[in-house]
Amino acid sequence: MSRTWVTPGGVHPPENKHQSLTQPIGQLPIPAKLVIPLSQHIGAPATPCVEIGQQVLKGQVIAQATGMVSIPMHAPSSGTISAIEHRPIAHASGMLAPCIEITTDGADTWIEHQGISDYEHIAPRKLIEIVGNAGISGMGGAGFPAAVKLNPGRQRPIHTLIINATECEPYITADDSAIRERADEIVQGIKILSAILDHPHNIMIGIEDNKPEAIAALAPHVEGSGISVVVFPTKYPSGGEKQLIYILTGKELPVGKLPADEGMVCINIGTTYAIKRAVIDGEPLISRVTTVTGDAVGTPRNYDTLIGTPVSHLLEHNQFNEQAGGRVVMGGPMMGFTLPSADVPVVKTTNCILAPSYAEIPDDEPAQPCIRCGMCAEACPVSLLPQQLFWYAQAEEHDRLEAHNLFDCIECGACSYVCPSNIPLVQYYRAAKGDIRQARDEKVKSDHARERFEFHKERIEQAEREKEAKRAARREATQQAKADHAAAAANGSAAPATSSASPSSSTADIIAAAQARAAAKQASPEDQRAKLERTIASAEQRLQMAEEKLAEAVNSDSGKQDKLSAAVENTRQKLEQSKSKLAELAE
Amino acid sequence: MIELIAQNPILAALVALVGLSILFGALLGFAAEKFKVVGDPIVEQIDELLPQTQCGQCGFPGCRPYAESIAAGDVINKCPPGGQSTINAIANLLDVPAPELDAEHGVESEVKTVAYIREDECIGCTKCIQACPVDAILGAAKLMHTVITDECTGCDLCVEPCPVDCIDMLPVAETIADWKWTIPAKPGQMIATDRRGAVASADHNEDAA
Repeated sequence: MSRTWVTPGGVHPPENKHQSLTQPIGQLPIPAKLVIPLSQHIGAPATPCVEIGQQVLKGQVIAQATGMVSIPMHAPSSGTISAIEHRPIAHASGMLAPCIEITTDGADTWIEHQGISDYEHIAPRKLIEIVGNAGISGMGGAGFPAAVKLNPGRQRPIHTLIINATECEPYITADDSAIRERADEIVQGIKILSAILDHPHNIMIGIEDNKPEAIAALAPHVEGSGISVVVFPTKYPSGGEKQLIYILTGKELPVGKLPADEGMVCINIGTTYAIKRAVIDGEPLISRVTTVTGDAVGTPRNYDTLIGTPVSHLLEHNQFNEQAGGRVVMGGPMMGFTLPSADVPVVKTTNCILAPSYAEIPDDEPAQPCIRCGMCAEACPVSLLPQQLFWYAQAEEHDRLEAHNLFDCIECGACSYVCPSNIPLVQYYRAAKGDIRQARDEKVKSDHARERFEFHKERIEQAEREKEAKRAARREATQQAKADHAAAAANGSAAPATSSASPSSSTADIIAAAQARAAAKQASPEDQRAKLERTIASAEQRLQMAEEKLAEAVNSDSGKQDKLSAAVENTRQKLEQSKSKLAELAE
Repeated sequence: MIELIAQNPILAALVALVGLSILFGALLGFAAEKFKVVGDPIVEQIDELLPQTQCGQCGFPGCRPYAESIAAGDVINKCPPGGQSTINAIANLLDVPAPELDAEHGVESEVKTVAYIREDECIGCTKCIQACPVDAILGAAKLMHTVITDECTGCDLCVEPCPVDCIDMLPVAETIADWKWTIPAKPGQMIATDRRGAVASADHNEDAA
């Protein structure tokens, strides 16, 4: 048996696992309605690809993955899509989230599906695609898409595959009972994983020593397969990814690193079963083993539960005594949260529904002041200083919290468990983490706003500058045009003296232009004389004609007499003028 | 010369120290020129702390001008969107006492808001587009406008210019993604008589008696 390492801290709460292990995994009648939340995993919510009223078959895709880190959703049973809307989901906030509701028809008709038995000869990329299309996300708790975890787009080859069968939280026995009954399929799933990861030379199943039946069930199937079952002492929390890696390999994952960066992959044992079903049977992830336990239920046991089954359906079929227990917890007593209502659906990460009686888990006692006993620091599996974090969280000193590595806290609840003053420490850390994240988001947003504001200012200024430049250009153009006009006029004249005149000063220009025009009129005396002679000739003719008309008018004694005599006088005057001009010119 | 220095330790020390001071003086002088900081870095730091809503409630046309004004000695409590936390942060940076928010410039709002244009009432006058300091309103003349919610800082500068009053400031709804846990009540406050309010009311009852 290989060596194991011991994590710091940890607690030993009462296990309470035996209650739910008395019976095999049960089957429930198909609920009348299934509600499938679109976000059951870390990453982008899935996008619905069905319409209200559409008939769906068991295993049919009802929502597509959105982007890389996302998974599709499948219909857990056949029926009709009856709603796509916001519904209450299993979340501590009690808020609504987008869901698809299926009204089941009870026939449970499978869609046509086909598995691959010969997975050894299939390219890992293709196998990963099958895992992704089957909508498999981590079933241990966080719900990280399995296909992304297995993606070979990484630098280092994987040398260690760790299968997490720890199940360290009290009450929960979903993995334990699954191993007992489905050990062969689980080991097949591990072998598929091994093929996908190009046969890492170290494959370990990490399991706590409080599950001897499960260990015994695994033994015959792993024999000779190169898979080792590593048993280590029971302690809470050992099932965290970083904790388990340390227990099995003695390596501490640096902050911000993924196991893949160190050549390791850690997969929950429930996920390996889902991978086997996806690859060999061609079935997507539509059900999971969920523990229903606590003193307020009739028979604590495990159920193979369809995803989307309302928690109330699970409780109804298990003689839930509402008087005995006041609340229903999703998850275990350490890390679980009280459900806002029992109508929320079971999702891919729901490993336990705990309905404790009042005596079993009493309501929170009022918190007393911190006495700085330091028991929380001893219990912390990440070697943080919970009491310091508590003070800083109260004072909202965010930089101090980050300096004390608040974000390494795995929220396991060991500190709250040992606290003699009943201080809900984890809630402080969650609140502080939320505040810090919000502050970071706001910082990003305000930086973005600043950028946009600067750009806006720059744009306005540029527009102003351009307008100013245009105005200046127009002014310049007007002046230039004026000057050009003057210069052109000056250049057009014969007199060389005026052509050299400066075009800039406008009044002088206008005068000069007028003079130039006058000079132009005086130009070429021969032409002028000829013109004048023509004018005189035509005027003499007109005068003659006018005089004849006048004589006619006088003879006929019409009313035009005055007018005609005036015209004759006018013509005579013009003739006189032209004659005098001609005489001037002749001089 | 060398001999003279060797004979006189005081002179030797003097020469050495003068030499060193000239050397380091030259080095510092060079560094001061080479690594000269252009502009006032404190303005950048104050601007980092301001909320960048660009609302102008402080009386300056944007956050940066106010930051410049603070750097020049203006009071630090003129920013209602930032509220007390921003005042505290700036006070911390400048090492001055943190005053209360100056109510003259507005009150701190608990809920974040974004502008929303009732689109069927919009006449397409573009007045709000011109008013928006972060170009978060989309539209063209005589065509409907709309607000890019993700870019809106909630400064409400667009509300005033709208001739048909079709812009509302709506509170941002909380979603599951940004929901967060709240800090529990302080330990020790669970005992009824520890609460200040309870004591005050008890006193009041005694007075009444």
